Amino acid sequence: MTNNPLLQVNKAGISFGGLKAVSEINMELHQGELIGLIGPNGAGKTTTFNLLTGVYTPTEGDITFDGKRLNGLKPYQVTRSGISRTFQNIRLFNELSVLDNVKVAYHSLAKHSILSSILRLPSHFAGEKEMEEKSLEFLKIFQLDKYKDEKAKNLPYGQQRRLEIARALAAGPKLLLLDEPAAGMNPQETHELMELIAFIRKQFNLTILLIEHDMPLVMGICERIYVLDHGQLIAEGTPDVIRNHPKVIEAYLGEEVAE
Amino acid sequence: MKKSKSFWVFLILSALTFGVIQFLMNTGIIDDLYSNMIILMAINIMLAVSLHLVIGITGQFSIGHAGFLAVGAYVSAIVTMKLGLPFFVAILAAGIVAALAGLLVGIPTLRLRGDYLAIATLGFAEIIRIVFLNIDYVGGAAGMQVNRLTTWTWAFVCLFITILVIVNFTNSRHGRAAISIRENEIAADAMGINTTYYKVAAFALGSFFAGVAGALQAHNFYIIQPTNFGFLKSFDILIYVVLGGLGSISGSVIAAVFLTIISTYLQDYPETRMIIYSLVLVIVMLYRPKGLMGTKEITDLFKRKGGNNHDK
Repeated sequence: MTNNPLLQVNKAGISFGGLKAVSEINMELHQGELIGLIGPNGAGKTTTFNLLTGVYTPTEGDITFDGKRLNGLKPYQVTRSGISRTFQNIRLFNELSVLDNVKVAYHSLAKHSILSSILRLPSHFAGEKEMEEKSLEFLKIFQLDKYKDEKAKNLPYGQQRRLEIARALAAGPKLLLLDEPAAGMNPQETHELMELIAFIRKQFNLTILLIEHDMPLVMGICERIYVLDHGQLIAEGTPDVIRNHPKVIEAYLGEEVAE
Repeated sequence: MKKSKSFWVFLILSALTFGVIQFLMNTGIIDDLYSNMIILMAINIMLAVSLHLVIGITGQFSIGHAGFLAVGAYVSAIVTMKLGLPFFVAILAAGIVAALAGLLVGIPTLRLRGDYLAIATLGFAEIIRIVFLNIDYVGGAAGMQVNRLTTWTWAFVCLFITILVIVNFTNSRHGRAAISIRENEIAADAMGINTTYYKVAAFALGSFFAGVAGALQAHNFYIIQPTNFGFLKSFDILIYVVLGGLGSISGSVIAAVFLTIISTYLQDYPETRMIIYSLVLVIVMLYRPKGLMGTKEITDLFKRKGGNNHDK
């Protein structure tokens, strides 16, 4: 590929006190790719996500996104520069309606000020109307519009996951990070999720990085896969390469006993 | 547009309330004791609603609200009594200085969460009280004499503006941002909400109206003393918010009205006053553990009856 990568991670890592949680992470994501990030429990996958989204500030290395250095930016600034995410344990705004959950993600795209809202100036009404319309459009795409006035906490589990993805997309990302989107889903729901991911990728021209334990899902849709173990990248490549990679097999199944 | 329709209903109802009470006061049907209670009620509602913005909407557990009340009371008293400026200026100055105090306290403390924030704000309120206690310019422990300027009109206008501003703030993208912080701060952050900004903004706005309430209270009692603004006062305000239901502005209003009436009537029984007051609180919390209104608003009740009028 001739153009620059959308996301470039260069030897990034973080240590908590003396403990190196992840280190020497090198990644390159190009526009439009769908990449998987896998690894055994405790390998540092979610920590890597937290580094990318500004929850943690890397203690070493650089993260560059879309030509902009992300190190030290706060999470909301990272989101505004075009990376949004979902969470391993669902984090919806439970007491808010489904519609309002999506509206919150639209927050930084609307521009009316606190003063204009308090005084109910025309810019307030115009801004709120636009948010409402765009959010409804989004819910339609995700077939959640029939639940729009329902509180988020009252949705069934699978729909909550869906809503979380819808909300992340409403923030207008170029890169979407999905942290175990299929966790706790049955095979039918997982299948629908795979279709959904393929669909939104095309619809929104997205680059997606996903963490997942469900191997058929990862192998089925990802073009490339990064494998983490003990905080370090141990392999990278196409699903076929990863499936037969000796280090990956070792990480997951243990070392083969010498004859 | 539906929004402006409900606004007009609110405006007309408010004007009616104001007119009727004013009429009853003029004709003497409501005597001094009760008109005093009604003004006190308005002040308490303002305090409850402003703290509701901080605790109920933004989810920041602040228990130092009496500190901002004290700032407003003293600043307004200085403006009218020492500088001889009109009451209107005093109210505005009280609000602005209290809001500045809110910013000053909020910026460093709002990064704390839960219990730690509560302790920090409580500490702040005590510092304010002790500062006033030791400034001779405002009378120290003996307190400061203040003219009685608060009328029902002033109280009502301030109350009206307080509720209007807080409701308008809440029902906008800014209010939703604040609620999202209450619901899940990490997710709010990840959705592009500048959480610190909104926490501080809500805190300052709440402090502003606490300051305004302080101005009204100071000019309602002839004298203000630091003891009026101890941490028990902070808890009184907290009780309005919790008893009304966290997150419900109408709940805060109802609880403030209800408890003001109870404590006024109980003044005839000073020995058992606090016992009965506490019992009422215990009973309410037993039967309505989420507060009188839960998270619902009084307008929700009409929506359901009216059928589809909540659709645009």
